[in-house]
Amino acid sequence: MFRYTKLTAVREAFIWLVTLIWLLPFYFLIATAFKGDQEALTTSAVTPPKSLDFNAFIQVLTATGRNNIPLSILNSIIITAGAILGLVLFGSLAAYVITRRTRTWTNLTFYLVLIAIILPAQLGTVPLYIGARSVGLTGNAVGMILLWIGILLPLSVFLYASFFRGLTTEYEEAAVIDGASPTQAFFRVVLPLMAPATGTVAILAGLIVWNDFFNSLIFLGGSTTQTLPVAMYTYVGGLVSAWNKIFAVVIISMVPILLFYMFAQKKFIQGFAGGLKG
Amino acid sequence: MTVTIERDATRTLTVPPEARRTPRPRNGGRRPLISYGHWWWALPAIVLVIGVHYAATLTGGFFAFTNWTGLGDWQFIGLDNFVRIFKDPTLLGSVWNTLFLAFGTVIITNIIGLGFALAINRTLKSRYVLRTLLFLPVVLSPLAVAYIWKFIFQFNGPLNGFLVLIGLPDLQKVWLADPTWSIWAILVTVVWQQTGFVMVIYLAGLASVPVEIEEAAALDGANIWQRFQHVTVPAIRPSIAIATTLGIIQGLRIFDQIFALTGGGPAGATETLATQVYKQAFSLGQFGFGSALALVLTLIILVFAIIQQYATRDRDAVGRA
Repeated sequence: MFRYTKLTAVREAFIWLVTLIWLLPFYFLIATAFKGDQEALTTSAVTPPKSLDFNAFIQVLTATGRNNIPLSILNSIIITAGAILGLVLFGSLAAYVITRRTRTWTNLTFYLVLIAIILPAQLGTVPLYIGARSVGLTGNAVGMILLWIGILLPLSVFLYASFFRGLTTEYEEAAVIDGASPTQAFFRVVLPLMAPATGTVAILAGLIVWNDFFNSLIFLGGSTTQTLPVAMYTYVGGLVSAWNKIFAVVIISMVPILLFYMFAQKKFIQGFAGGLKG
Repeated sequence: MTVTIERDATRTLTVPPEARRTPRPRNGGRRPLISYGHWWWALPAIVLVIGVHYAATLTGGFFAFTNWTGLGDWQFIGLDNFVRIFKDPTLLGSVWNTLFLAFGTVIITNIIGLGFALAINRTLKSRYVLRTLLFLPVVLSPLAVAYIWKFIFQFNGPLNGFLVLIGLPDLQKVWLADPTWSIWAILVTVVWQQTGFVMVIYLAGLASVPVEIEEAAALDGANIWQRFQHVTVPAIRPSIAIATTLGIIQGLRIFDQIFALTGGGPAGATETLATQVYKQAFSLGQFGFGSALALVLTLIILVFAIIQQYATRDRDAVGRA
């Protein structure tokens, strides 16, 4: 009934046109970043660069002090990786116990986690900052990782719990009958089976942590440990209309997440749709 | 014991059928064969969730009624912070801006996102490529996206260039410095970034609409609009619920884009509760007052989340009936 007709081809062409217009901002971004200083100021946004000028990128990547972009990329990687590791470990362990043991306290814990997902985070930010400051956890990666694990654990526990509920217990039973301890059964058998859940947790948490500006600004503000968005904010704030340099920073900040997206775009989109449906 | 009964052909005849169907007593009466993990595995998660979510939120709620500046003494001052919020036109304006951005984003992203989803749902050969491209802005940092749009909205930028091109040079303006238009500029930026996200939610919902039903409706003479109204919309109600709830919660928290585009200006025209919380608490060190603003924001988020939950639950029941 719904076949591919000539009309569908026209429709497809029209939708491509709309999509290209929708994505026009990316063209401005790339075209401007490859212009020289003078060219970026004088030519219009629509004109492509006369020749590829990499100076803006070189200047951005070699800036020192608080504008050190490579260092901020490293900080972002450390914080994101640490947070994902903690969320996968603590989230899966907690969700496993909650779903597999049916006691009163496990039910209560599940509701505790569920309500924490809905609880808006804004109100806790001020006390968390004061608490972290008083124990020396502001301005360093360790504090930031702990903060993120705390903030995103409810999401991680919830996602793992819904996956564990759908996983039969036969694998663990077989492992235990073969002589595995509960720890071995979990880490050797259950966790590897949970790869799709781990992927969803890693993608959602990774994206939130990597792109975050608000929490990094507060908890790392003024320190030498800056994440990429904060470094970008500071750097751009010091440039006036040097759009080729601003866009060079923007492109550099996008490269890691774009590579990841292209590599795993199907998982990315499924992770979003699946994670939301829970 | 039962096992021997089942295997004994002569005795089985005497066992009534319902007794035969009882499950094999593998664990019956004995201790469970398997212990699933150790209870203390959940401990780090419980401690962190209580600490970061519950203790922090409660403490923040308490701060809201004090005049603490982050250093030294503080006093319990009751509702004074809230009185101050509702007497200050800038702060009251920031409440309206917060609501404007949240509802504006939800309405526009849902219309465009559903449009995209319907357009690329079926039959198109390049639908996966289109989906990937339209989802792209979602994965980028809001800050980076904001800088791209800052360029578009500047006076020598592409937007004003386009206005000249179509013969409307009088409409040119410095969009981000104009008190009436700056908030619309922020709205456009947020919508551009989040539409792909809404589209994916609707694509997931549309995937659950059976083609047969749509075909049957088409054969019965329903036109596109009737099919959309009577077949598609009822089927994607859960998606509508998710997309609008998440959109409102996210929209009420918009911070990054404002900080990058206008910093709250011109003259406070784009301040929201989120930017004010940051400025009062962390720039000015007014922890008590900042917490009061955060409490107002939290209550607004909770109220809309609850309304949304009830509204969608009702519609779900109607949809199933």
